[in-house]
Amino acid sequence: MNVVIDHERALERSGDRSARTSTVVRFAGDSGDGIQLAGVQFARSAADGGAWLMTLPEYPAEIRAPAGTTFGVSAYQIQFGSGEVLTPGDEADMLVAFNPAAFITNIDFLRDGGTVVIDEGTFNARGFAKAKLGADPVDESAAARYRTIRVDISRRTLEALEAFGVGRRDAMRARNFWALGLALWLNEQPTSACERWIAERFAADRTIADANAAALRSGHAYGETMELALSQPLPVLAKTKRASRARMISGTDAMALGIVAVGALSARPVTYCSYPITPASALLHALARMPEGVRTFQAEDEIAAISAAIGASYAGTIAVTASSGPGLSLKTEGLGLAVAAELPLIVVDVQRAGPSTGMPTKPEQSDLDMAVHGRHGESPVAVLAPATSEDCFHVMIDAARLAIRAMTPVIVLSDAFLANAVSEWVPPDIAALEPVLTHDAATPGRDPDTLVRCWVAPGTPERETRVGGLEKDRASGNISYDPDNHEAMVALRAEKLARAAGVVGRPTLHDGPEDGDLLVVGWGSTFGAIRQASRNLRGRGHRIAHLHIRQLWPLPDGLGDIFERYRRIACAELNTGQLTRILRAETLRDVRPVSQINGRPFRIDTLEAALGGIIGDAS
Amino acid sequence: MTIAAQLTAMDFASTEEVRWCPGCGDYAILKAVRQVLAEIGRPPHEVVFISGIGCAARFPYYLSTYGFHTIHGRAPAVATGVKLANPGLDVWVVGGDGDFLSIGGNHLMHVLRRDVDLNLLLFNNAIYGLTKGQYSPTSPIGTRSPSSPTGSVEPPVNALRFALGAGATFLARSVDAQQDHLPGVLARAHAHKGASLVEILQNCIIYHDGAFGPISEKAHAAEASVRVVHGEQMRFGKDGELGLVFDAETSRFRVARPGVDCAAGEIARHDETDLMRATALAMLGERQGEPTAIGVLHQREPNGAPALRDLGQVAPMRRETLSRLLAAAS
Repeated sequence: MNVVIDHERALERSGDRSARTSTVVRFAGDSGDGIQLAGVQFARSAADGGAWLMTLPEYPAEIRAPAGTTFGVSAYQIQFGSGEVLTPGDEADMLVAFNPAAFITNIDFLRDGGTVVIDEGTFNARGFAKAKLGADPVDESAAARYRTIRVDISRRTLEALEAFGVGRRDAMRARNFWALGLALWLNEQPTSACERWIAERFAADRTIADANAAALRSGHAYGETMELALSQPLPVLAKTKRASRARMISGTDAMALGIVAVGALSARPVTYCSYPITPASALLHALARMPEGVRTFQAEDEIAAISAAIGASYAGTIAVTASSGPGLSLKTEGLGLAVAAELPLIVVDVQRAGPSTGMPTKPEQSDLDMAVHGRHGESPVAVLAPATSEDCFHVMIDAARLAIRAMTPVIVLSDAFLANAVSEWVPPDIAALEPVLTHDAATPGRDPDTLVRCWVAPGTPERETRVGGLEKDRASGNISYDPDNHEAMVALRAEKLARAAGVVGRPTLHDGPEDGDLLVVGWGSTFGAIRQASRNLRGRGHRIAHLHIRQLWPLPDGLGDIFERYRRIACAELNTGQLTRILRAETLRDVRPVSQINGRPFRIDTLEAALGGIIGDAS
Repeated sequence: MTIAAQLTAMDFASTEEVRWCPGCGDYAILKAVRQVLAEIGRPPHEVVFISGIGCAARFPYYLSTYGFHTIHGRAPAVATGVKLANPGLDVWVVGGDGDFLSIGGNHLMHVLRRDVDLNLLLFNNAIYGLTKGQYSPTSPIGTRSPSSPTGSVEPPVNALRFALGAGATFLARSVDAQQDHLPGVLARAHAHKGASLVEILQNCIIYHDGAFGPISEKAHAAEASVRVVHGEQMRFGKDGELGLVFDAETSRFRVARPGVDCAAGEIARHDETDLMRATALAMLGERQGEPTAIGVLHQREPNGAPALRDLGQVAPMRRETLSRLLAAAS
């Protein structure tokens, strides 16, 4: 039976918050208001102050929707705190709404008792009309539910910038810094990190730099002068927890670094071929900026992107292509060729809500079936999924090791949340990373242990060969239509992948008791929510563990044995039960699906309620 | 690169038995390619042949070079990837009219536009051979085939006009049977830095025998085709009794008899670099009574702007660089 999450019921369960160790801040406004920038700068400031954090940018697919409309609202949420922060937070403690449209589309994210800051300058008849509202949406009768700080951010920004001689238009652009200054004050965060960034970013134009800094300080000073404070006390932040090497990183940036790391660790150039698609394009942008070691190629279509990557792999470089849902559909033809020609290839799918164009900026985990099964012929490929932004770095190295060891494609399933979410990362010491070994020195023929043929690139003397998509003789590599040989080759392609799977260092991540009443299985970006929800349930006395699978195909060895140690197995994923069905088929256990498919990451509280329901949690 | 000994055409033959139909035009093309590879003289391990799917696409199996038999239509994209990874290789792409102009039309357009340094050989037989004879994008209207039993109703694409539209910097046409012509065109294509497209009119003896009419016949080739040579007058016919005159009003060439219809000096001289006239040359033969232009129709040198034809080899990322990137503040 499918457990569909009941959000209403989950909300009733949200428990005592007095012991909270973190705060959630959310900015919302027009996509042209600089919301993402304000959010990122808030996160930097909090990180600079010693906080752990995680962020969630949410932006519409429209680039610049008409100002003030509900469909043009962009938002950025940050959870920061003194302890490990695993998600961007279920609900916001504070919401900054730049206009009525942002208010009505985001107020439901504010928890009961939270604080909303609204820009009164936009809360007028014109603003209400743009958001298709008849009247002021701030319901004073809801005062019991949240506290409202009304401040005319627009007017105050203009006043603060009067002395700088910037035009009204430019001055209005600094609204986000004014609001950020106030948000930093309310959350007892310093403005220094942001001021440093402004000085660097606008170094070429002192007037703009000074104006933005003035707006920031003015917002901060306003909070101080008016003695504003949040309605609930802030958690005390530990200032010394973070290592000095720590930096903030998004999944996309971590993945880009992982890709170039493979090049450095294998001493081969990287060729990255892709076609623009949301949200995978960000990876192309990040790699195009790399100073060396990688050649990026913007292909004419998805098929050309994987075809060029296959050519680049054939020619001996580390070849990577990436896309999102519909793009992976187009790449399945190429995947078949890479399997048949036995070439290493990494294919990243930054999943988004589908089918078809679906909701291109919203995360979903609904491409797993396609990644594992969606090809012509018996065409096994490995499928890996990073659990966190940080893991996006490591998973690429794992993918390369696996692809080269088995001389076959590997699909890496990320998603729109993982790609955009930013969290803390302490980068590894390169000296501690094992080299990525290639087969270039190997002798001709198949290795009896790994079953792979060595990677011979054109240009190598005396080794000229012809490869292709036609079935080939197991021993000689020549074209073969022999029935027994084909059967043997089908088995061989699966077997060499199975034998290579051991190179993935941590195929699963386990947390909790070694046996118990419930094992919650998850994969990909749901890591933080599942980990926190299962920990919360353990805190209430339940014997529940969390197993996160990084290597989704072939499934890690011994999974059945682990399952044996738990009375019940549940699988939580952002689809209708795709991993659940695979686990059922492969382990013959009655795995219970916990599904959500609304284009958003799991909330901890709803997940906790759903998992609690499975083990009969009465609290 | 150093060459130890003079290479011969046989140095470029693989041990694989050739499996085209007896009488197929592909044999003649294979012979010409092996001969030209020997003349070029690069050792077989530095040469790569990439093909798509179809009869033509079996080509790499019959050469001793590196070869990759890929997917229908995708060969130009795969070859682009090979070039991105190792620009020093000598990369050739082989495909048929279905491969290059139907399923792979998009890839052909972009490989030409990008001017990737590849030699693209289009074996045009105006039919789908390997799938048993359906009409193709270059089949003339009225082609009777299993998928068009009452005759096809689709106008054919002119490969070279398509290529000109895509921005090709080298365009040539030749004929499988014309062994005194094809090798020279292939050598010119190889010498051109950038994407070189050679349309080879190739006879499919099983499904579309005689598709190009008299061009493939020794007795009539001289009247049916005009061999264009840069700087020379465009004359044809057994004794050069025919020629081409450029009609500025229609921007097309017309056939004239020098000394009869016009003065001998009025016969146009071929200028490979003239893009507009290349279009007019590519169109020749579309109307009744016109010869088909063969030879190098157009070639222009790059204008010096950065392009994919001039790729350098990418070195692997140094560990120090990676360390620096990892430590950098976001």
